[in-house]
Amino acid sequence: MNLYLIQVFNGLGIGMIYFLIAVGLTIIFGIMNFVNFAHGAFYLLGAYACYAIADLTGNFWLALVLGPVAVGIGGWLGERYFLSRLYRVPHMYQILVTLGLALVIQEMAVLIWGPIGKPIAPPEVFRGVMIFGNFAYPKYRLFLIGFTAILALALWLLLERTRYGAVLRAGTESTEMVSLLGINIFRVYSMTFALGAFLAGLAGVLAAPIRGAEPFMGPDALVIAFVVVVVGGLGSFAGALVGGIVVGIVQSVMSSFWSEGANIMIYVAMALVILLRPHGLLGRA
Amino acid sequence: MLTVDSLHSFYGKSHILHGVALEVAKGEIVSLLGRNGAGKTTTLKSIVGIVSPREGRVIFDGQAIDGLPVHEIAGRGIALVPEHRGIFGTLSVEENLAIACRKGSLWSIDAIYEFFPRLGERRHSRGANLSGGEQQMLAIARALVNNPKMLLLDEPTEGLAPVIVDELIAVIRSIKAAGIAVLLVEQSLRVCMELADRHYILEYGRIVYSGSREQFQHAEAERDRYLTLRSA
Repeated sequence: MNLYLIQVFNGLGIGMIYFLIAVGLTIIFGIMNFVNFAHGAFYLLGAYACYAIADLTGNFWLALVLGPVAVGIGGWLGERYFLSRLYRVPHMYQILVTLGLALVIQEMAVLIWGPIGKPIAPPEVFRGVMIFGNFAYPKYRLFLIGFTAILALALWLLLERTRYGAVLRAGTESTEMVSLLGINIFRVYSMTFALGAFLAGLAGVLAAPIRGAEPFMGPDALVIAFVVVVVGGLGSFAGALVGGIVVGIVQSVMSSFWSEGANIMIYVAMALVILLRPHGLLGRA
Repeated sequence: MLTVDSLHSFYGKSHILHGVALEVAKGEIVSLLGRNGAGKTTTLKSIVGIVSPREGRVIFDGQAIDGLPVHEIAGRGIALVPEHRGIFGTLSVEENLAIACRKGSLWSIDAIYEFFPRLGERRHSRGANLSGGEQQMLAIARALVNNPKMLLLDEPTEGLAPVIVDELIAVIRSIKAAGIAVLLVEQSLRVCMELADRHYILEYGRIVYSGSREQFQHAEAERDRYLTLRSA
């Protein structure tokens, strides 16, 4: 029993990482109708930013603040001067260009940091395990669950309780109507893209002490983020949260039953959701 | 205030507007009539920049605005209330108003709730849960908090019960009284004749008639020719 409980907790932590990656992907697609295959590269950059900053300063917390901000600024610049030219072209071209961009970033990581993964230690306070009776659990993973829960709440407040959030939700319904109200939709696009990049970068920093930084982590994360988006419902914030947790827990729990099949099971879960609820668990028809 | 001059607009390859010209003066209500497909909605969309006119000019407040992005034209003070209203269904009434509200607007959200008490009562309801009449009032209210000098209304009475139509007529009159010019596209001849100071009729993308309220009252021949349904 304990083993499964631990796997559920592990799944929760990993699921929250998936949520952070997927939420940017889903809101960017929801409002901009833009398919961003470079999204996994933001996650990669976050993990390497964590490695570089922690390596240089020995301070994980500095990396946690600066890493995502740097990735967010990078995303903002990339959208502003490069990807914004792709809004009028069909999805196929968006996929080609962003996939190419992802490969460029990945190979740059190989050139700079080498093809072998880099380990990253958790911050001092969260090393070791916490004991609850006869149940021991790594402190860093507990921190991860708590911290990402607070983040999810903050993000929810941003989307539901601020003017920017209302504009974003309105834009998901009709960007034309938003423009008719005198709002510069392209500025909203830039901010949204930067937010998505920031969150994926944050996911990279947070995941680094668990899985290290390695150059090929981007595509894996991207594929899982797409699964999360499909499971949860395209364009839905709550869907990304629920989908992330479901996928994380399925993957984790299955890995103790049948470790070779754990990754297959998330696609089985996805197929089930598509069969039963084609618009995802929380998607709108 | 608004001058549209020899406007040519296209949807893809179809040539919809063939040199439309019209004028709206300050504080005036002007109606744009015509059968379905005459180009009324396209004219409004060409003014606000959703459709980019290929030829011709749109002058607002003495400045050419054709070719500007949609949000800049809105920022100059032209608000379009589109056909089907464009209410954000997942946003509350208050959020629909809040995202449109501009600093220094003559109409605050509180003023709107005083003017449209029903919207105040329903401020926390989602847009999608409003009745058709409430949605139309919200669409107009949302345009007002945007602080426009001019309002373009596309089929505002479509699908509304007669008693709501009368309410709407009163609302449009008070908007005029507040000094806002109105360009009204409307199927209901009765509503147009009650409200408008001047009338234009469009057919096949051309203005085929223009006249004052009095002239139009006696223009039965034109009304018959351009507005009644043709029998096959």
